Amino acid sequence: MDFEKTDDRRMLADSLDRWLADAYPIAHRNRVAYEAPFHDPGLWSDLAELGILHALVPEERGGFGGAGFDVLTVFESLGRALNPEPVLPALLAARVLMAAEADLGPLMTGRVRHALAFGEPEAPWDVEAIGTEAAEADGGWTLSGRKSVVYGAQAADRILVVARGGDGLSVFAVDADAAGRTDYGLIDGGGASDLFLDGTPATLVLPDAAEAVRDALDWGRLALCAEAVGAMDAAEDMTLDYMRTRRQFGRAIGSFQALQHRAVEMATEIEQARSITILAAAKMGTPEQSRTVSMAKSLIGRATQLVAEESVQMQGGIAMTWEYPSSHYAKRLTMIDAQLGDADWHLARVMAGLQAA
Amino acid sequence: MDLSFSDAEIAFRDEVRRFLRAELPEDIARKVREGRELAKADYERWQAILQSRGWLAVTWPEAHGGPGWTPVQRHIFEEECARASAPRTVSFGLAMLGPVVIKFGTEAQKAEILPRILDGTDWWCQGYSEPGAGSDLAGLKTRAVRDGDHYVVNGQKTWTTLGQHADRIFCLVRTDPDAPKPQQGISFVLVDLDSPGIEMRPIRLIEGGHEVNEVFFTDVRVPVANRVGEENDGWTIAKYLLTHERTNIAGVGFSVQAFESLLALAREPRRSGRRLIDDALFAARLARVEIDLEAMKITNLRMLADATRNGAPGAESSMLKILGTEIRQAINDLSRRALGPAAAPFPSEDLEGNAALVHPDHSANAARYFNNRKISIYGGSNEVQKNILSKAMLGL
Repeated sequence: MDFEKTDDRRMLADSLDRWLADAYPIAHRNRVAYEAPFHDPGLWSDLAELGILHALVPEERGGFGGAGFDVLTVFESLGRALNPEPVLPALLAARVLMAAEADLGPLMTGRVRHALAFGEPEAPWDVEAIGTEAAEADGGWTLSGRKSVVYGAQAADRILVVARGGDGLSVFAVDADAAGRTDYGLIDGGGASDLFLDGTPATLVLPDAAEAVRDALDWGRLALCAEAVGAMDAAEDMTLDYMRTRRQFGRAIGSFQALQHRAVEMATEIEQARSITILAAAKMGTPEQSRTVSMAKSLIGRATQLVAEESVQMQGGIAMTWEYPSSHYAKRLTMIDAQLGDADWHLARVMAGLQAA
Repeated sequence: MDLSFSDAEIAFRDEVRRFLRAELPEDIARKVREGRELAKADYERWQAILQSRGWLAVTWPEAHGGPGWTPVQRHIFEEECARASAPRTVSFGLAMLGPVVIKFGTEAQKAEILPRILDGTDWWCQGYSEPGAGSDLAGLKTRAVRDGDHYVVNGQKTWTTLGQHADRIFCLVRTDPDAPKPQQGISFVLVDLDSPGIEMRPIRLIEGGHEVNEVFFTDVRVPVANRVGEENDGWTIAKYLLTHERTNIAGVGFSVQAFESLLALAREPRRSGRRLIDDALFAARLARVEIDLEAMKITNLRMLADATRNGAPGAESSMLKILGTEIRQAINDLSRRALGPAAAPFPSEDLEGNAALVHPDHSANAARYFNNRKISIYGGSNEVQKNILSKAMLGL
C-alpha cells in the first residue's frame, strides 16, 4: 500500500505545474478562455512539447504513460490551474485511436488537434441512443446527423464522429473544415461546437466501436474527476485564505463557527472526492472500471457543486465578480458535472450494478 | 501509487480469517449480527480466546503482551473481526487505560494493572463525563481532597458504558479547584468499584437497552498510590487517552458488515417479483451510501499510510470519526427503512426465533438505528471534531 506518486509522475506534475504557473497564469487563462478560439494555440504546442499528451498513452503505443495514475496526474494539475486547453478531447480521441491501432504520432505531438463527437441533443451521454447515421457511398462514407457540445471541436483539425453504420456503432474521421460547424465559447471557459452533418464525407476509423467508445468515455470521466479534484483544491485554498484575512465585526470571518463547520464539511468532501478518484484510477483496465468510474463521477458531481456554491457563499460579494479568480473556478466546477454524465446519471449506473446481482 | 496490500499483509489477513472461522463462537457472532445485547460472559469468553492467541491488546507494545502489529495489520484485524460479526473487545482496559499505564504509570502500576487486564481479572470502565461536563470535559467537578495517603472523592460520573460489569473505574477528578485554568488541577485516579460510598445506577437508553450507567461517589477513599501521573496533570493523560480512543475511529469494518447485511435484505425475493432493490428511490439511497463507503475505505487507508509514516494519527482522525459515524448512521437508517412496519416490533426474548417475524435476522434494525445515534455524540461529538479540524487542519 502506497499513496505516494512515483518519481516519474512527481517530476511530470512538477514540470507541468511550473509551466502552468509561468506561462499560463489565471489572468492569461481568462484572456484566452472566453475568446475565439477559446484556448491559446501557441501554448498548446508548448504544452504538447512538455510531453503531456505522451503521458496519456502507453509505451507500446509510443507514449510514456497511459495508466490511470498518469491521467490523474496530468488532469489534477490542469484542473488546479483551470487550464482550458483541449487535452480532454485529445485523451478521448487517443483512446479510440488506440483501439483502432491507428498512428498516434500526430496527436501526441500536438500537431493534429482532435475532438471526439459522440453527444447529441437528445442523447448527451448515452452511447446506445446515438442517432447520427453513416452511409456507404462510392467506396467511402458520408455522415448525417447532429452532434452537440463537442468539446474542443472549435479548435480541432480532425473530428472523430461516433455514428450508426459500418458494423453497429462505428467511429469515423471528419475533416474539421468539412463539417457544418457552429463554434462557441463555454460559460466556464474553453470552447465547443455543434456539428451539422448532412452527407458529410468521412473515413471509417473503427467499426463495431461501441465498447471502445464506452472505454474512451470512462477514461474521460476519470480525467474530469482528477481535474475536479485539482480545481477543488485551488478553490478551497482561495476560500480559506479569504476566511483568514477578511475581517468583519472586528474579527477574521474564519473565526465564526457557522463558517468553520461548513469549511470542514467542504474539506471532508474534497478528501472523499480525492479518495474515490484514486480508486477509479487504480481500477482502470480492470473489470471494475466502469462501475468505479461511475462511483467517482457521481461523488465528484456532488462534491463540485458543494465546493462551487460554498466557495462563492463564504467569500461573499467578491466571489460574484468576474475579476476574482474564484468565480471562474466555481463555474468550471459546476459545469464539470454536465460532461460525460452527471451525478444522477452515474448514480443510476451504480444502482444498476446493485440491482443486477 | 499502489492500493493493494503486500503479500505479507494478505497472508496475515488470511490467517486472521482462518482464526475467526475456527475460533469465533457462532452463538456470540449470531447475537452481534442480530444486534442483541451481549452478556458479560460472552465478552469474557471471546476475549479469553483472543488472549490465548496473543491478539487481545492490539495497540500494546510486544513487551507488555501486545502482538506488535503495524497500523495496517491492526486495520486488517479490526476489519476482518467486524465482517465476521465478532464482538468489539471492551475498550476501557485494553484500548484506553492500558496505553495510559504503559506511558505514564509507575513500574508497580504496570506490573499490577496490565496482566489483570489481559487475563480478564479486571473489567475497567470509564469515569470521564459528568452531568455538567460532556463536550466540555474540562468543566468536570468531581472533587478529590487529599487526606493523608488517600484522596476523598465526592461527585458524580455518567455515561459509564458497561459499568454494570466492571470491577474498577478510571476517573478524572479535580484535585485543585483554584487552578487558573479548568484544564489544570485535574488528576487521573483508579478506583475499586467495591469501595464504600460508590453507587452505580443504570441509565436506560432510547432503544430500551442497559448499556450505560451513572456512578455516584460519596466520601470514597482512594489510595494516593492509585493516581497515574502527577497530581494536577491529569489533563495530559486525558488527551493522550482520547488519541488512543481514536484508533479504528472510522469503524470501516462495521459499516462494511452493515452494508452487506442491508444489501442481502434488499435483494431478497418478494412475492410481487419486485425486490426492494428494484425500487429506484431506495436503490438510489443505497448506491449513494455505497459510494460514500467506498471513498471512505480509501480515505481511511490514506490516513493509515500517513500515520504509519508520521508515527501518530493527526487531526485527520477527526475527519474519519465524522465520516465513519455519518456513513454508519446512514446505513442503519436504510436498514430500518428496509423493513417498513416490520421494523416496529420491540425486540425481546419472547420474539427470538419467532416465525411470525418477517425478518428474524433483522429484528433489531430499528433498535440499532436508535442506539447508533450515539456514535455521532460520543468520543467527542462530531461538532467538536469540526472545531478541532477547523483549527488544526484548516488553520481557521
